[in-house]
Amino acid sequence: MNIVENFDLFAPKLINKQELLSSGHRACSGCGEVLAVRLMCKALGENTVIAAATGCMEIISSMFPTTAWRVPWIHVAFENTAAVASGVEAGLKALRKKGKIDDRYIKVVGMAGDGGTMDIGFQALSGAMERGHDMIFVCFDNEAYMNTGIQRSSGTPMGASTTTAPAGKVSSGQKTWKKNMAEIMAAHGIPYVATACPSYPLDFIRKIEKAKSIKGPSYIHCFSMCPTGWRSPSNTAISVGRLAVETGVFPLFEVEHGLYRVSPDMPKKLRPVKDYFKSQGRFRHLKEDEIDTIQDRINLEYKKLLEKEKCLKTGNAQKITEVG
Amino acid sequence: MGKRVGMEVAIAVAEAVGLCDIDMAAVYPITPQSHIAEHLSDLVANGEIDAEFVTVESEHSAMSAVIGASGAGARAFTATSSQGLMLMHELLPIASAMRLPICMAIANRAISGPLNILNDHTDIMPQRDSGWISMFVENGQEAIDMSIIAFKIAEHKDVMLPVNVNIDGFQLTHMVEPFEMPTQEEVNQFLPPFVPHATLHPAKPVTMGAFAMSDYFAEIMKAKDEALKNSKKVILEVWSEWAKLFGRSYKPVETYKSEDAEILMLTMGSMGETAQMAIDELRDKGIKAGLVKLRLWRPFPFEELKAAVKNAKKLIVTDRAISFGGPGGPVFSEIKSALYAENQRPLIYNYIYGLGGRDIPVPEFVGMFEKVLADKTGQLVDSYEFWGVRE
Repeated sequence: MNIVENFDLFAPKLINKQELLSSGHRACSGCGEVLAVRLMCKALGENTVIAAATGCMEIISSMFPTTAWRVPWIHVAFENTAAVASGVEAGLKALRKKGKIDDRYIKVVGMAGDGGTMDIGFQALSGAMERGHDMIFVCFDNEAYMNTGIQRSSGTPMGASTTTAPAGKVSSGQKTWKKNMAEIMAAHGIPYVATACPSYPLDFIRKIEKAKSIKGPSYIHCFSMCPTGWRSPSNTAISVGRLAVETGVFPLFEVEHGLYRVSPDMPKKLRPVKDYFKSQGRFRHLKEDEIDTIQDRINLEYKKLLEKEKCLKTGNAQKITEVG
Repeated sequence: MGKRVGMEVAIAVAEAVGLCDIDMAAVYPITPQSHIAEHLSDLVANGEIDAEFVTVESEHSAMSAVIGASGAGARAFTATSSQGLMLMHELLPIASAMRLPICMAIANRAISGPLNILNDHTDIMPQRDSGWISMFVENGQEAIDMSIIAFKIAEHKDVMLPVNVNIDGFQLTHMVEPFEMPTQEEVNQFLPPFVPHATLHPAKPVTMGAFAMSDYFAEIMKAKDEALKNSKKVILEVWSEWAKLFGRSYKPVETYKSEDAEILMLTMGSMGETAQMAIDELRDKGIKAGLVKLRLWRPFPFEELKAAVKNAKKLIVTDRAISFGGPGGPVFSEIKSALYAENQRPLIYNYIYGLGGRDIPVPEFVGMFEKVLADKTGQLVDSYEFWGVRE
């Protein structure tokens, strides 16, 4: 018997019409990240409190005395977003329990860029996830410190040229593999981890909604196209995001209670990575052999993901329990 | 009127905070603060207080979490020492700029390096300009009283600033002392429920911690300065209210036998009681010595300080921290600048002592007085001296 797993009905017309991140903010034209934040807000709805890290999304949205936020929003510093969010969550929980505020359920969301998540914000995030706060943390990963001028982070992919790991006569840009943040979060044993990309808005919204419905910590790693930092035309953000997914550079998957599920948007056969590199200036310097090395790594990582899905998917959970 | 108890000061501080209907606390372990965190979590675990105790992974996250909770409208508390306070440093001016009435107990301890776990004031001095109300206590009773009073001052609508209470680590936190612990009814009578100005709640969305450039930044800084200066009025009111209810009165500058004194010493924190014994000894010898104890560090009590020292010929300022390569101890430079415009002012001497837990018994204080009394030059002294340090 075929069992339809995770059946959801989705159509663009069902998307929340409310704009909780208003227009008039100062993001670059063609910014993929701010689009993702807008979609996230639609999925979260108004009973949300957002704690944001220092970064692009903070400065473009909160220029005093204006604000683009129609949900309660707090920014404190760069590295502590998850800790701030955990404090908001603890505070609201206590106040609600003691009857000091009205009895509505409010989801607390922490958001940061790749630097604020994977580098300087790593410790605070790990702590908050481990403590089990009822919160979502969303990493808007544009693969470098874009707000300060395109410096490399641990989210920058191998071979990308940045202002602190530039391609030069004796260097091919970033010399390290991108940190696999979603897997690190899955290793925390939290109830829900997912990767997403605003080029797949329905998938992204569904994942935010699922995270919202889960009691406890969840983590969403959102691939956030940055035409400015990636040296690509500003009208290409969506197509570049699609190429990242179609080439397996950024596979879409989710890990729910330890069980893997690769998103149906993933193609049966991956496109070659050079298709993805083509439109971005940050990869322009890469030579054939360097692209081949990267291609091998993508193939390996994607195979590992598919194997994990095979071993650790909902249908196999029972068997695993029996083995254990 | 309260109940007489004898207990360790750190535990008593946690008990006192527990009487304040806190909603949330986030504390990270560090010697000598840890007993506060441990006892507070006991109170939560036993259901004696209804609060969320967040076991954060660092002091940076402790301060971040209480900022978040306070922003949500919760009455939030944290405590720390030394390296923990240094790790929080980045966030302290943000908490005050956001006008969040967070209360923090600091079990003062030397900062590294070298690593040392004992008491001095090198941890709080680098936080001086963070925009917090900062006060020092001398004994267990004051530690309890200030821990409760802090919430009322911080949350007053004309203040809305964070407060830190400095309690000398070990020398005070780990002492078992007798004192009067207020009852829950008394604290309820003194401390009204926290009514926040704005909160992170969807009922009325607000943006906290916005981005401000040169067109607004300076105005925000000035507003913070004004707020801190204006808080003194409320501090005095709250102290006087406390005195009416509990019979213990506090002043920004406390004095001991200073009225007719020709030579004064200024201390902060627990050293005051030892210095007081030295004053008695000197008085017995016929020397007109007196003591000035600075309780309120920020906002700085200029008027009270000037009044307390104006008739003395000599003033010994003691410091438990040093500004390396600078004018001496941080308290010394504050006092000097406070008296600069005064026509009538004492000659000021500066001794840096008690660093990293170095004990200063009564004869050492007497020795400082004798050394200063022996100086007949009548000249202004523009230097400092490490007291009792091997060359």
